[in-house]
Amino acid sequence: MVSLVLPRLLAPGGPARRSATMIERNVATLRGAYWIVVASGLLEPVLYLLSIGVGVGALIGDLTLADGRVVRYAEFVAPAMLASSAMTGALAETTFNFFGKMKYQKLYDGILATPVRPIEIALGELVWAMLRGTIYAAAFLALMIAMDLTTPARALAALAATVLVGFTFGALGMALSTFMKSWQDFDLISSVQFALFLFSGTFVPATAYPAVLQWVVEVTPLYRAVHLIRALTLGGVTWTNVIDVLYLLVLLALGLVAAGRRMGKLLLS
Amino acid sequence: MTLAILEYHWVAYLRVWRSSVVSSFVLPLLTMLGFGVGVGAYVTGGVEGVPYLDWMVPGLIASTAVQVAIGDATWPVFGSFDWNKRYFAQAAAPPRVRDILDGNLLFVVVRVLMSAGAFLAIAAAFGTLHSWLALTTLPVAALAGLAVATPSFAYAAAVSSESYLSILFRVGMIPMTLFSGVFFPVESLPAALEWIAYAFPLWHAVDLSRAATLGVAPAWPALAHVLYLVLWAAGGRWLALRQFTRRLVV
Amino acid sequence: MALIRARGLVKRFGDFTAVDGIDVEVRAGEAFGFLGPNGAGKSSTMRMIGCVSPPSDGELSILGLDPRRDGPAIRARLGVCPQLDNLDAELSVRENLTTYARFFGIPRKVARRRADELLDFVQLSERADAKVEPLSGGMKRRLTIARALVNEPEIVLLDEPTTGLDPQARHLVWERLFRLKQQGVTLVLTTHYMDEAEQLCDRLVVMDGGRIVAEGSPRALIERYSTREVVELRFAAESQEPFAAKLTGVGERVEVLPDRVLVYAADGDEAVAEVQRRALAPAGVLVRRSSLEDVFLHLTGRTLVD
Repeated sequence: MVSLVLPRLLAPGGPARRSATMIERNVATLRGAYWIVVASGLLEPVLYLLSIGVGVGALIGDLTLADGRVVRYAEFVAPAMLASSAMTGALAETTFNFFGKMKYQKLYDGILATPVRPIEIALGELVWAMLRGTIYAAAFLALMIAMDLTTPARALAALAATVLVGFTFGALGMALSTFMKSWQDFDLISSVQFALFLFSGTFVPATAYPAVLQWVVEVTPLYRAVHLIRALTLGGVTWTNVIDVLYLLVLLALGLVAAGRRMGKLLLS
Repeated sequence: MTLAILEYHWVAYLRVWRSSVVSSFVLPLLTMLGFGVGVGAYVTGGVEGVPYLDWMVPGLIASTAVQVAIGDATWPVFGSFDWNKRYFAQAAAPPRVRDILDGNLLFVVVRVLMSAGAFLAIAAAFGTLHSWLALTTLPVAALAGLAVATPSFAYAAAVSSESYLSILFRVGMIPMTLFSGVFFPVESLPAALEWIAYAFPLWHAVDLSRAATLGVAPAWPALAHVLYLVLWAAGGRWLALRQFTRRLVV
Repeated sequence: MALIRARGLVKRFGDFTAVDGIDVEVRAGEAFGFLGPNGAGKSSTMRMIGCVSPPSDGELSILGLDPRRDGPAIRARLGVCPQLDNLDAELSVRENLTTYARFFGIPRKVARRRADELLDFVQLSERADAKVEPLSGGMKRRLTIARALVNEPEIVLLDEPTTGLDPQARHLVWERLFRLKQQGVTLVLTTHYMDEAEQLCDRLVVMDGGRIVAEGSPRALIERYSTREVVELRFAAESQEPFAAKLTGVGERVEVLPDRVLVYAADGDEAVAEVQRRALAPAGVLVRRSSLEDVFLHLTGRTLVD
């Protein structure tokens, strides 16, 4: 509301007014663009779910899980979409944005002149990013409930798990971004990310892969995330899901420690 | 003059080709393996009488062409105006605005052909091509590339912030890729969505490419597909030239 | 013969008039300057001469051709060094020249030979295969000048050629431009540095608010609009204004600036002696020769660089 009212109060005549409208326009376009980006981030996993879950799902029909249960393909693929988009969002927020702010906008140098420690800044950023990510996840889960792909109670548990997944990848992303040298390195990250997206038991059960590949896949973080969230939305939680949670927690801690150390070194040297 | 501009982009490309190999080649290949082979194993009945992988590969060739084209038509174009000012340097030399635009578009076509060609070779190695007509996926890829690159050039030249480029990807390219019959037949969409799919240039390229690699008749007459894509390309080129002139001749 | 001829040349952007009816004539072999503060209309004029900006009104002829019709043909015979370097950071130093040469239809072999000669000329031969990004500001500017010469142009347009460079880099650029002038290349440059205009220009126009306010050689302009010497007096007081009144009759003219008073006199030392006789006791005294800065101050009542 403030952004709508303010320009009207500050509208003197003459050239000052012209330059003011220029600024107003730039602010308005940027703000509009930013919100469309945010809103479309919400839309993206939904589109994937409709295309792959529903469209491709019609070709596949029902899927038999390892424990013998038969589920619709959309039920199978939706939790994987949720986990993947939590990963993508967290990594984008921490690697791309953090790197840009650190290297090009020199944003942190200013803050560091105060008693705040580098890792505290990074954590602040991460929490902010996660707030956004949580809203995305909640919206997606609401859609899953509407499409009868899960129940409200399960969705609530899955939401908590998604937040954990987001924090883990966020911490990993922060640690990674301290090793980045140029924008080219992001091509590598996004390729690895895409490979994880394709092969983490996302679209087909990992048991479909050759044994060796299956072992490799099962130790990757996205696989654990998909495994956990899928167990929550479909039901059928077992002790293996405790491993998932522990795995993600350990990775989260490792990421934070590494990020804290590296950042101190990079910014304060 | 147009060729001199093309040469310029090519020389610049040779410096950075390594990173582009990933996005225009490795990622689609991974999609083919992870999705085509993986999901294909579960599509037991195949699609329209052929294995899912064979059915999906031509769609993937077309959608890769379109993705490479949009990729090259967004950040590089925006950057050539706003960051490195490439276009302004070119405009100070003899090339006219339309030479600058056409040379760059030609380069996009070259890039599209390179990735489509490489993809086609791999598709052949996987034994997914059923007809020699598969070679016509290359000109189809070039035309589809132009159909999406030209309006994207106009868009990238018009927007005031790069945030809008991400919007084009999310609001334009990703929905188009997901609902143009690359992964599943558009006929299974609700009627309204089906017509949106027909409006996307990608669907026309997918249908043409699929007919070519499978050696069957396309869903629409081939000429209608081609005309529709030419219409996009011509309209986009007109918009792009108008926008380029606005930026370069002031 | 006039290489560039403008009559009543106008450039408007919407309802803003950047260039407001100027007459200019640039002759073959001379170094011609547009001097003026930011926003005077210099760059707009340069862009019209460079055939990338159609004139809104008036006549403009370059090399006897009409820029509205013969843009590409004229640009083929111009060299342009823009205010902000637009080199390609993805290309090497040499590739920046060779690829640009191709825009002029220069064969690859010739382009390569010419690139090497030009890199030698701007003293960048050792960096030929280096990337552009790590080059210093001065090196980038020299490379941009080399790029502007790749088609052996008859006229070289330089928009603020040394703005943003440190003094050493500026002198190196001036020295190269001076060499070009000696080779008979016609130079057209804009600047808001009077020392640059005095160093390089045979003739110049002073622009302000889109109009030409004076024209001539630097020497002639100084003689016409200023005195031989200037005494700069700084008084230790809040305002310099009250002292100006007490200076009436000292020298030919007095100008008051926020931080100092300028006394224009044929003989500076004589003027200083008079100031001392009047017991004004300034905190600082400097006698110097008149410059184009003084010309501009006299013509517009403002300083060039704020």
